[in-house]
Amino acid sequence: MQQYVDILREVGNIGIGNAATALAEFLSAKISMTVPRTDFVPVEEVFARVGRVEELVAAILLRIDGDLSGTILFIFTEESALRLISKILGQPVATIQELGDMEESVLMEIGNVLTGSFLNAISAMTQFTIIPAVPLFTFDMLGSVINSSLLGTGMVEDQVLLIETLLSQEGNGVYGNLLFFFDIGSLDTLLEVLQTQLENI
Amino acid sequence: MVAVNMTLLNCPGEIQVGIADLKVGREPAVLITLGLGSCVGVALYDPVKKVGGLLHIMLPRMSEFSRGTAKPAKFADTGIPLLLEEVLKLGANRRCLEAKIAGGAQMFSGLDKSFLLDIGDRNISAVRDTLKDLRIRIAAEDVGGNNGRTMLLYTATGRVIIKTLGTQKKEI
Repeated sequence: MQQYVDILREVGNIGIGNAATALAEFLSAKISMTVPRTDFVPVEEVFARVGRVEELVAAILLRIDGDLSGTILFIFTEESALRLISKILGQPVATIQELGDMEESVLMEIGNVLTGSFLNAISAMTQFTIIPAVPLFTFDMLGSVINSSLLGTGMVEDQVLLIETLLSQEGNGVYGNLLFFFDIGSLDTLLEVLQTQLENI
Repeated sequence: MVAVNMTLLNCPGEIQVGIADLKVGREPAVLITLGLGSCVGVALYDPVKKVGGLLHIMLPRMSEFSRGTAKPAKFADTGIPLLLEEVLKLGANRRCLEAKIAGGAQMFSGLDKSFLLDIGDRNISAVRDTLKDLRIRIAAEDVGGNNGRTMLLYTATGRVIIKTLGTQKKEI
């Protein structure tokens, strides 16, 4: 599994790199993005890795279909989400109670850019056609968010791809976690192609 | 598929009910379940014997979702009978039992009308149907909406407290 994780981390890095460029243009600011950690995590360990069950998070959920199908969940901590929104709108947003439609769509757009860049990188590497659906958004307790994301339906693989991302600008870090829940069978499809890639290196 | 075990620091005396899990207890135990989103929490309580139980289901019916290996507590139609059995074992009187239910939210907002968006509703109706089949009255409920919930059952009094983001705790 480790060799696949290495490849996926690289894919993550490329994707996030593209996203950083896009965001930097958007914000007209210097932004660096890194992928501190990429891992396959058993579903039951997802909570422990991402945060506390009752912790407040912002989440963007995206179904994908095509050659690869599954559900992507991009999770920001409350603090990170507020920092991101403040940065983009150019005015401080102190609490989640102040979040309106505008703030919500800003966050959704960022989630879109990040997941889109990541999917493009996977697609470029595997030649897979990946079709993302309309993103959904929520701001709630981590436990409720993850539980409601098809996790545990028996319709997703037991292994979840977890990519930690760190955006930083002038020392201010914004952490996000990208969770990829594969539909049954989809993970094998991906690993097979990665295997071929490995053999060609 | 594995049940997810959630751990969290809590006051002593609180018994944690994980996802797809159930626990029973007698006075003065406090049962708590966290992170109900589209999931539904079902509390059964006997006010005379002061014993009760709490269940956290994720999905409506086992036959629709399972490949046969899943935990019964994960589904409304298999979890509730199991909860009933456990509270009866602890000494509850079947005729005194009443239920309180919470959860079944539609967590994500957006345009995509997929399966994900109505799983909360389907969970709620499966819970109601199952309780009806078992002839257990629903004394109170706090279901639907768009927010996640934390649910506590106090076995000393039968009180059920619901915590939702950004609002006061409320009793049902």
